[in-house]
Amino acid sequence: MILKGKIWKFGDNIDTDAIIPARYLNTSDPAELARHCMEDADPAFMTRMTPGDIIVGGENFGCGSSREHAPIAIKAAGISCVVAKSFARIFYRNAFNMGLPIFESRDLADAIAEGAKITLDSAQGSITVEGQNQTFSISPIPPFMEQLIADGGLMKHIAGK
Amino acid sequence: MGYTITEKILMAHTDLKEIAPGRLINARVDIALGNDITAPIAIREFRAAGGKKVFDRDRVALVLDHFTPNKDINSAQQCKTVREFAVEHGITHFYEGGQVGVEHALLPEKGIVLPGDLVIGADSHTCTYGALGAFATGVGSTDLAAVLLTGELWFKVPESIKFVVYGKPQKWVSGKDLILHIIGRIGVDGALYSAMEFTGETIRALPMADRLSMANMAIEAGAKNGIFPPDEITREYVKPRAKRPYAFYTSDPDAVYAQTIEIDASRLEPQVAFPHLPSNVRAISQAGEVKIDQSLIGSCTNGRIEDLRVAAGILKGRKAAPHVRLIVVPATPFIYRQALQEGLLEIFMDAGAVISPPSCGACLGGHLGILAEGEKSVATTNRNFVGRMGHPRSEVYLAGPAVAAASAVLGRIASPEEL
Repeated sequence: MILKGKIWKFGDNIDTDAIIPARYLNTSDPAELARHCMEDADPAFMTRMTPGDIIVGGENFGCGSSREHAPIAIKAAGISCVVAKSFARIFYRNAFNMGLPIFESRDLADAIAEGAKITLDSAQGSITVEGQNQTFSISPIPPFMEQLIADGGLMKHIAGK
Repeated sequence: MGYTITEKILMAHTDLKEIAPGRLINARVDIALGNDITAPIAIREFRAAGGKKVFDRDRVALVLDHFTPNKDINSAQQCKTVREFAVEHGITHFYEGGQVGVEHALLPEKGIVLPGDLVIGADSHTCTYGALGAFATGVGSTDLAAVLLTGELWFKVPESIKFVVYGKPQKWVSGKDLILHIIGRIGVDGALYSAMEFTGETIRALPMADRLSMANMAIEAGAKNGIFPPDEITREYVKPRAKRPYAFYTSDPDAVYAQTIEIDASRLEPQVAFPHLPSNVRAISQAGEVKIDQSLIGSCTNGRIEDLRVAAGILKGRKAAPHVRLIVVPATPFIYRQALQEGLLEIFMDAGAVISPPSCGACLGGHLGILAEGEKSVATTNRNFVGRMGHPRSEVYLAGPAVAAASAVLGRIASPEEL
């Protein structure tokens, strides 16, 4: 998978209340959830982002609630993937289960500025930044998770077994 | 090499002869939980995958507790979706209306979750049941759908961190204060992907209500589960409630831990987590002057009868300060009735409290206690993220029921010692 996009930077411990506030959880409609994506972290996010953009987070991205509405909102907003230093565990499994690509990179977040354009090559395990020579590595995805992605998420994985 | 309690329970739910941290396993699930927010997505996924029958209608719990009593039309629709599914599949443990309680108070109270169980819930505070010596962890809606279909789920076996708590806690220091202190010490990702195992003399003497409060907040340190070795206190709690067999597992003496952390409980004061992270913890004596607009006593962390008794003991003969909204949420109908029969509700009403029906609403900023811009609430809940209880520029201060009650009276974050 090769993903290219402009990045939006967020800090450490971006919680699921920031990704999709609970006041909008009276629906699970992806389009409706997407309208409020990242609202309490950056109220203007949805007016500024364009589909294909990439979210870059710090430590413990997606901490808090188990709400799958969080990765659903991000995916439906058109974000192509999330790169963070680390992910909270329920968000991590939710993302793989429902098909939002996420990647761990220890060094990327601190080395690039908001608005930078990056190219992520999951097969090579690398990220390059437009206009910079430096290459950043991404942690390898465990084989089981790769299988989940290849199968199109957990439900299709189960159906195929 | 020995096994931890977490490893033993996971292994017992597979056909494996050995297990180790980091290994991916497929395990059988004893109880699968969903609520009115998370179950609708699971039901959609279940149907999309061609699901016709749930794996075991006695092992699914569906609890309509978040945006109930229905807060708006959309919430009502979500509840309707879950209700229709529950009826269609003859789900045994379906709760709504006058039967519904906050799920993580309700399931242990009803004996639905038991020691030795492997429990998953599409709710992050599912880790509460670790208090009973069960492996319990929060998952997403798609995970729940997979379990509804197959009765199994994938897990990565976690490393375990052992917390050894010793010393006699001071007056007003509860399980809530212990866990807030621990989260303050290790951080909101201090136990990321790990099991938090609570042991030591203080833990052995700790009542079940306090254990439930502590296990409840394991997720706030990033943990996969929190777990207590089952003992006589567990047996006493479970025996009158269980309607099926259960098993006590304990860690081997030579079990391997990633880390061991010791805590002297005798040195702790009541704790308060300041905005906007549960790890932003201070001792009550260091809280300074924080005026409050609301005090919320309830939730899956601290809405049990023991919590209400502590609060009532402080509020008896006193009143909430002017312009402080005191909201008391008994976590289940059984607790509500107990509070009624013990005269606690009268004490709360005399203190000027609103008594809410059992609901998660206020805790997650759904309804029944929302904060306006700039408002501050002390709350016995478990999260104080930005916007958690309402406006993005409101603030939540997490504390135990003693501090929440004293704060309501004094109109600022305060210790019961100040009354």
